[in-house]
Amino acid sequence: MPWFEDVKIGTSSELGSYTFTQEEIIAFGKKFDPQPFHVDPEAAAQTHFGGIIASGWHTCSIWMKLMVANRAGDTVEEEPDEDGRTPPRGGPSPGVLDIRWKKPVRPGDTISYRTEVVEKIDLKSRPNIGILRSLNTGTNQNGETVITFLGQGLVERKNPFVSTK
Amino acid sequence: MQAPTYFWEDIDPGFEIETAHHKATTEEIIEFAQEFDPQPFHLDAEAAKDSLLGGLCASGWHICSLSMRLVYDALISKCAAQGSPGIEEVRWRKPLFVEDTVRVKVSVLEKRSSASKPGIGLIRWQWEMLNQNDETISLLTCWIMMSKRPQQMDATSEETA
Repeated sequence: MPWFEDVKIGTSSELGSYTFTQEEIIAFGKKFDPQPFHVDPEAAAQTHFGGIIASGWHTCSIWMKLMVANRAGDTVEEEPDEDGRTPPRGGPSPGVLDIRWKKPVRPGDTISYRTEVVEKIDLKSRPNIGILRSLNTGTNQNGETVITFLGQGLVERKNPFVSTK
Repeated sequence: MQAPTYFWEDIDPGFEIETAHHKATTEEIIEFAQEFDPQPFHLDAEAAKDSLLGGLCASGWHICSLSMRLVYDALISKCAAQGSPGIEEVRWRKPLFVEDTVRVKVSVLEKRSSASKPGIGLIRWQWEMLNQNDETISLLTCWIMMSKRPQQMDATSEETA
C-alpha cells in the first residue's frame, strides 16, 4: 500500500459481496455466539428478530475476509521509491470504533462491503507511523445498510512526522 | 429453554464477573484465520516471526469472537439478552499468541431504558480480555439489550385485590 503521506482522504474501494447461508450463520453461532437467534430457527422465530440472524461478529469477520482478499488482489508489488525503499505493507490495527449493527443479516442476504479513508492522524509519540481511519459499510441486496464501523490501521510514513507546534 | 436468571433490572453498574479461562491453540487460531483473516501472522508460525507482531497470533476478530463465547458461557446464557445495537470501541492492545491462556473480565458501566422498545433496557459494559500474565489483550466497550422482568404477576395481584 502507499506510504501514509500518499494516502488521500476520500479514497474508496468496493470490497465485493458475500451471501450468508443459514448453515454458515448457525455454524458461526454455535462456535462463538450461541444465542437462540443465531443458532435455533424455531427459537429465533419467537424473538423480536423474527428468525435466524447472523452474529454481528460474523458480519465483521466477513468484512475482514473481503478486505484481505482485496489486498491480495492488488496485482503487483509496489515499486521501490527513487531512494530504494519499498512502500509499506498494511500494518496492524489498534482497534475499531463505533460498530453499528443497524439491521439484521438473515440467511440468503447478500452483503456488499465498501471502505473509504476518512481521516489521517499524525502521532507525535510515534513519528514514523500514522493512523488511517476508514469508514466501512455493509449494504444488503435491498440497499439497506446493515453495518457501519470506523476501522483503523497503522501505516508507515515515508518521512518522520515533525510537529509544527 | 430455561428461564433467564438475569433480567435488565438485575444487573447494575458496578456488577463484575470473570469468565472461565481458555487456552488458545495453534489449530483454532489458524482455522479462524483461514476462513476470515488469512494474513501470514495469523496463519504461519515461521512467517509470523518476521512480522511486526512477533509470532503466530489470533486475528483481532477472533479475539472479539472468543470474548463473545467466554462472556456468553459465563453470563449472557443466563440473561434475557436481546442482541446488541453495536460496539463503541474495540482496542487490540497486545497480540493473543498461541498457548496464551485468557479470560474476560466484564464490568457494567451504566444502564438505561430503551426509548423505542417497550420492555427492553440497555446495559453498557466493558469486556477486558487478560492473558496469563494479567496483560490486557483487548478492551471492548459495548451495549447489550435485555428484556425487563415480566410484569404479569403484579398485574394479576392487582386484579385480584
